[in-house]
Amino acid sequence: MGAGQISYDVAHLIGATVLMAGLQLLYQRRLFAVINTFAFQALALAAAAGWQAHVQNAPHLYVTAGIALVFKAMIVPFALHWLIEKLGIHRSVETAMSIGWTMMAGVALVALSILLVLPVTANAAALTRESLALAMSVVLIGLLMMITRRNAVTQVVGFMALENGLILAAVSAKGMPLVVEISVAFSVLVAMTLFGIFFFRIRERFDTLDINDVETYRGDRQ
Amino acid sequence: MIDRLTGLPGLENPLLWILAVPLGAAGFLAVLRDWRVASWVNVAASALTFIASLVLLRVRPAPTKLFFIDDFNVYLVVLTAFVGLTTSVFSAAYIARESEGNRLSDLHLRFYHAMYQAFLFTMLLALSANNTGVMWVAVEAATLTTVLMVSLYRTREAIEAAWKYFILCSVGIGLALFGTILVYLAAQPVMGDGADSMAWTEMMRRAAEFQPDLLNLAFVFVLVGYGTKVGLAPLHAWLPDAHAEGPTPISAVLSGLLLNVALYALLRFKMLLSANGQTLSPGPLLVVMGLSSLFLSAFMLYRRGDIKRLFAYSSIEHMGLITFAFGMGGPLANFAGLLHMTMHSLTKSAIFFAVGIISQNEGTKRIADIRGLTMSHPVLGWGFVLAVLAIAGLPPMGVFMSEFLVLGSTFSRQPLLALPLAIALLLAFGALISRLQMMAFGEPPPRSAVQSHAGRASSILALTPLWLHMALVLMAGLYLPAPLVAWFHTVARMLG
Repeated sequence: MGAGQISYDVAHLIGATVLMAGLQLLYQRRLFAVINTFAFQALALAAAAGWQAHVQNAPHLYVTAGIALVFKAMIVPFALHWLIEKLGIHRSVETAMSIGWTMMAGVALVALSILLVLPVTANAAALTRESLALAMSVVLIGLLMMITRRNAVTQVVGFMALENGLILAAVSAKGMPLVVEISVAFSVLVAMTLFGIFFFRIRERFDTLDINDVETYRGDRQ
Repeated sequence: MIDRLTGLPGLENPLLWILAVPLGAAGFLAVLRDWRVASWVNVAASALTFIASLVLLRVRPAPTKLFFIDDFNVYLVVLTAFVGLTTSVFSAAYIARESEGNRLSDLHLRFYHAMYQAFLFTMLLALSANNTGVMWVAVEAATLTTVLMVSLYRTREAIEAAWKYFILCSVGIGLALFGTILVYLAAQPVMGDGADSMAWTEMMRRAAEFQPDLLNLAFVFVLVGYGTKVGLAPLHAWLPDAHAEGPTPISAVLSGLLLNVALYALLRFKMLLSANGQTLSPGPLLVVMGLSSLFLSAFMLYRRGDIKRLFAYSSIEHMGLITFAFGMGGPLANFAGLLHMTMHSLTKSAIFFAVGIISQNEGTKRIADIRGLTMSHPVLGWGFVLAVLAIAGLPPMGVFMSEFLVLGSTFSRQPLLALPLAIALLLAFGALISRLQMMAFGEPPPRSAVQSHAGRASSILALTPLWLHMALVLMAGLYLPAPLVAWFHTVARMLG
């Protein structure tokens, strides 16, 4: 096994770090801590993509790693910090579900992913299998975060954590064509600018970024 | 041979024109200052795209790594280009009247026209993509362009609608991407690394060797992901808001085209599962989601006070019916589903054309404030009546025929399922007819007579697409040309 074993272990280690950061996102109580944790997750993702590029001998994955490193781990957190300062957004995280329960749900989702993915990927390469289970956990935890947090900023971070999981899955899928990674990264970029515009517009019209307040208007005006 | 190597179509290939014209037009419209000229450039570009799509009916280009045209998607490409063209004509009239009221600044209008073409481009790209990744990127881009257009009016409601649409559909397409990656992982051990393992044409050939469990898991993600964009219950929450708050031409293309594109993506994955043969059958899942959408929207129709919301729920109902038909499967139900996709596109966009003019004339979207349309605006009013009767499923329209086929084929195979289907259809029918009666007949409010003189020319322009669509729907109900029927049958067999 030798070299193969090491590449396998390191990929696992990094993938698990991304997942740990995902779980960490769930118990943060302050907005800045959420953003910093997200930056850490993006950093781990960049490492995962870089390692896969090395192991699979697929240089194009270095680009994905670079995008994760520069855009997601640096520019996005800075932009979010700036937005929060600029707009004077309330700095504590408002939860729709207590943190204890959210953590338990998060752990249950990890178990679910492992139970689902491992049996159905018996034919796939071992490297892909476990990474996929980790990636799916990250995706589901991102989704959980979007559901259980009320502020717009935490929902956006939840969405980006979900995207991190998707990219982890994409880089772990051996030989997946370049088109997808680049476009995913590009879409995130576009999505982010879009979010930025949204923040401004929401700020223009409302006093708060709390989604609950935005959703006063539901259904019809009779 | 260049197109073989790069995957891009060559110059002689109509597909290149279909994709390049809207993309180029989007770029050009983004820098064009005069909105009057822009609205006609928009029409001209859409017309060129439509002509190029007609060429596809005669010349079938060979599939490349990234693009392909087969019997299934060619009809959706033509339909999309056609409705894109008629909507651009309606949009020219709509925008002309909208800017009279100074609701939109010049910059917003420039943006609107550029986004309209960009939106057409992304839909045509999604339909003609031979690569699951490209298809996903196109659907994501379609979401982004429409989010921007839904928020065009910058009102509190519009921003909220756009935000809700964006969050829900982003999560949806995120999950669809995960499903796409899983499908690649199913294909990769069989077909090796690289683009072949994501190409529809290659995957369909060897689908039987894929691992069925992995395909099952993938389909669940794809169903939830693209299902959100189709607007299937319980993932439909974004749809009524997005339809109600955006400019009406956008509601017409959202309802008539984008929902079809998302459903097309879903059906491609379903075909892959059918070709594999050992997976769980996707049919029952589709049937359940289809039926729940039908019931939910049928009840919701009764409580709507906003005219655009009313027809947005009606779109959920019809997408539910189409999904149900494809879920039942078999040649007859698939045939009915394909026909209904076409009929719904034409009729629903026609309804939104009418609704656009009505809300501009009356200055309101509240159903309670709209009365006596057939008296105050006969051409518009009767066109509207015809379109709503058609969408409610009254003979002799094309929608009646496809609904009848769905019901008939269900009755012959699963009589127990036909019963709830019939109940839901009747419920929706009752709701639409009672609303129609309130709006179309009775004494018109006095003020509308004064307003109807304003913008008469643009009214005629706006009414042409409405009547054109209705003529096609009526024709389809009375007589379907034999080549069209034969061709629908071929596609129905492809869908399995």
